[in-house]
Amino acid sequence: MTLTSRYRFSASHRLDTAALTPEENRRLYGKCNNPHGHGHDYVLEITVDGPVDRDGQVVNREAMNTLIRGRVLARLDHKNLNVDLPQFAHTVATTENLATLVRETLAEHWTLPARLARVRISETGRNSFELEVPKA
Amino acid sequence: MLLTRKAEFSASHVCANPAWSAEQNQAVYGNNANPNGHGHNYVLEVTLAGDPDPVTGMVFDLRELKEILNREVVDPMDHRFLNKEIPPFDRVIPTTENIALEIWKRIEPVIARKGVKLHNVRLYETADLYVDYGGPQ
Repeated sequence: MTLTSRYRFSASHRLDTAALTPEENRRLYGKCNNPHGHGHDYVLEITVDGPVDRDGQVVNREAMNTLIRGRVLARLDHKNLNVDLPQFAHTVATTENLATLVRETLAEHWTLPARLARVRISETGRNSFELEVPKA
Repeated sequence: MLLTRKAEFSASHVCANPAWSAEQNQAVYGNNANPNGHGHNYVLEVTLAGDPDPVTGMVFDLRELKEILNREVVDPMDHRFLNKEIPPFDRVIPTTENIALEIWKRIEPVIARKGVKLHNVRLYETADLYVDYGGPQ
């Protein structure tokens, strides 16, 4: 059985890569290339997979919330992704790259008995990015 | 092809193991352990898998599916206190996981009798928390 829990964080970013010229960046990223940055209310969905334990749960909700809040939301919520996260000093702060960062961060610090199965981030209500975590 | 039908029911529950202390229950179930109970607007999404019938063009008659969901789930559970009124939740703790398992148990044989496969049961406890169950592994 899988259990999915939804969280929210608000952050700013700017899409710009040193690999392209300023003109190319403007053309590729459009409004997202605004030098001052801009922000979103992101929605993060974390899915865990495992058997229902004798307490009737796939995962202890509090343990899951503590892990996600401590390892992910605390680092992302009300931050400037480009400035506040060293990972985005040289990597473009797209939501694709953000989803990868969340998956890697969680994989590194995972303490729950259920398996991390999926990370999904909605940047706005109209787009979202989803990463399946294959079974080991 | 997958076909999904949604149903809603509102019910109260308590998630607590009677053999445990209040502290133990709080540690495992958090706020859900409040002995007086609390409620949710559960949203159920039932997904069937099959090929559209060559004559009717349908995987399953949606009106019939609605009737099955009403009869097996919504009518018995809506506006009820699950622990007190709906077996097996007098002895099985009505976590979202266990409610999803019970819904699967109730509807799977009825749908299978019609020759269609129950593919997934998704149960939202709140808009921000849901489980998916695709049957025994």
